[in-house]
Formats: sequence, C-alpha cells, structure tokens
Amino acid sequence: MAAGLKTRKKQRLLVVSIGLTSLIGATLLVLFALGGDSLSLFLQPSEIKARGIEQGKHFRLGGLVESGSFFKEDDGLTYHFIVTDCAASQDVQFKGLLPDLFREGQGVVTEGALNANGVFVASTVLAKHDENYAPPGTLPKSEEQCVHPEAAASTYGTASYLVSG
Amino acid sequence: MHRFANPAQFNRLADSVMPWAFSVMVLTLASGLYFALFDSPADYQQGESVRIMYMHVPAAWMGMFVYMVMAVASFTALVWRHPLALIAGKAAAPIGAMFTALALITGALWGKPMWGTYWVWDGRLTSVLVQFFLYLGYMALWQAVEDDEKAGRAASILALVGVVNIPIIKFSVDWWNTLHQPASVMRLDGPTIHSDMLWPLLLVAVGYQAYFVVAFIWRMRLEINLRKLSVMRMNEVAGG
Repeated sequence: MAAGLKTRKKQRLLVVSIGLTSLIGATLLVLFALGGDSLSLFLQPSEIKARGIEQGKHFRLGGLVESGSFFKEDDGLTYHFIVTDCAASQDVQFKGLLPDLFREGQGVVTEGALNANGVFVASTVLAKHDENYAPPGTLPKSEEQCVHPEAAASTYGTASYLVSG
Repeated sequence: MHRFANPAQFNRLADSVMPWAFSVMVLTLASGLYFALFDSPADYQQGESVRIMYMHVPAAWMGMFVYMVMAVASFTALVWRHPLALIAGKAAAPIGAMFTALALITGALWGKPMWGTYWVWDGRLTSVLVQFFLYLGYMALWQAVEDDEKAGRAASILALVGVVNIPIIKFSVDWWNTLHQPASVMRLDGPTIHSDMLWPLLLVAVGYQAYFVVAFIWRMRLEINLRKLSVMRMNEVAGG
C-alpha cells in the first residue's frame, strides 16, 4: 500500500514535470519561430528599405531622434526630425503635441505612413526612455553623435559610475 | 517542504515569523516611501515623475514573484497532494493579482506624462496584462467548481501552464522592440540606476515582500480556519 502510494506520487511528479517542460519548451520555440518581427512594436529605419515598404502603408517607426535634426515649421505646429537606428535614417514630419520626454538623441516610437516624397508623416509620436535613472549632471556625456540603442545600454550600463554617486 | 505540510506546524512557524515580518514591513515601507517621495533626487530626464518608479517597479517584481509562489504551491499540490499547498496557492493569488494591478495602473499613470500614452500593446505591457488575467482565471476556477479538491486541481493546472509567461515578461524587452525600456536593476552588467535612487527602491521592494509574507500568512490562516469551521458544522449536523 505504502509502496503503491510512493510510485503513484513519482508517476505524478514525472507527468507534471514532463508536461510543464514540454509546454514551456514548445511555447518558447513558437515565439522564436515567429521571430522578433511579428511581435515587435515598431520597425527601425533600416528595416523600411529592407522590406520595401510602400507609401501610404500604415506602420510604426522607432529609433533615436538624430541630434541637430529637429526643427519647427513657420506655422509653429509642424515638426520635422530624423529618426535613425545608426544604420539608416528616416525623415519624419509630425503635426501635434510632442510628449515631455521628446528630445534629440532619445528614442521615439511614431505611427504613420510614408508620403510620396518618402517622408514619414506621423499621426502620433511617443517618447521612449532608456534604462538610465540618475540625478541631473551625474551621467557621463556620450561623445558619439549616434549611439545605437543596444550599444547605448553598455555606455552607461557599467556599475562603475554608481561608485561616484 | 513536507515538514510544513502539517497545519499545526504551519501555525507554529507562522506565529514566529509574523511579528518579524510585520515590523520589517512597517519600517521598510515607511522609510522607503519617505525617501522615495521626499528625500531622493529628481531624474535628469523625467524630473519628479520618476517617483512613480518606486511604487511601480517593486509592484511589477512582486507580481512575478507571487506568481512563482503560486506555481510552486500548485506543483506541490498536484504531485504530493498536500492540502496546505492548495491553500497556499489560493491564498497567494489575490495578493499577486493586486500587485500586478498596481504595476499596470502606476505604469499607465507614468506612461501618460512620459511616453505620451497610457497604454500600448507592446511585448512587456501585454505580457503583464496576460499575467493579471492568469491570476483572475485561477481565482475564477476556484469559485466555479463546487468541489474544493477538483477546483484546486483545475486551478493548479492553469497556474502551471501560466508559468511560461514569466520568462516572456522578463525578456520581452530584450527579444522584441518595445516602448517599455529594458531592465535597470536586474541586469547582468549591473544596475543603470543611481545609488541615491536605488536604495529607496530596494527599501520599498523589501517592504512589499514583507507585506506579502504578512498578507499570505493571514490569508492561509483564514482559509485553514474556514475549513475547520465547515468540518465542525458537518460534524454537528451528523451528530444531530
């Protein structure tokens, strides 16, 4: 009787463990098979050309606002800036209110479509912020004009600057 | 694990843990929230809005942590059929759901001024919402089935299936491009958050953790007592 109970427990342990591992394995495989693209929120400028996206097709574009590229039209409402992923860049035009965190050198996610001149006309602009939190003036200034989002993490992402704080 | 499967032993352990957990909770939450709200620097980009982080980030951590507690309890309940494991899962669920809701709500309130939107369907936000629904589903299954044994088994299976969502939440910001930024604290190359902001954050995190221990013990005791009560009632009816 006691031995029978023990084997049944072992059996349950085996069934539940195998079930759980295969389920997690299968789900992760499906996610990787789908690839990052279909589950990603936005396209980066270099992906626009690579995919040959036509004008008028609605999509989200994300990347960094290129330093020095931002200007306002004379009407005071229409903004122009360049979104870059350091490999390619894309002219963007937007009429509306920009979020507080919008600034050159920082990430944005915009939604809209390319017009006939190849300019991305955005209907919304969202600001992305990076993983750095610090009081003003404590972060080292980046020397480079264009820091790729993934590389940017390692610029600041060392524990060394924490000591100075 | 087996040693704590006995309710009497659980009660003894709970009695000794409770005063400690309660004092830690009061001290860390009070000091953590004081530093977070009044005595920590504003952010170089976000200004004062950064203070939402001190409530948002630990709540999100706890949402995942409590889920794992619920999942381990469910696993134990399914394999070893400990009644106390079922009770532990049932007791943890509403606390985890509350933390997940808190993370979602504070996140939305933070997203509006910073990002410019309350919500986007990116990988991180969506997977956390799925976690909230998993908690609700788990609780609903307990309610939906009359027989506690069966209800517990069904709910436990759901809890285990949902474990797959945990790595998705954690790595969503690395696997896919999202509006939500990557991790600032739990990353391989060390935190990217200034120490003056990291300490209040960790204090609040310890406070949330202690709150969980307190609430968890309370809820488990409540459930154990309710079961005792129903057994007593049944005996009374049977006795005439």
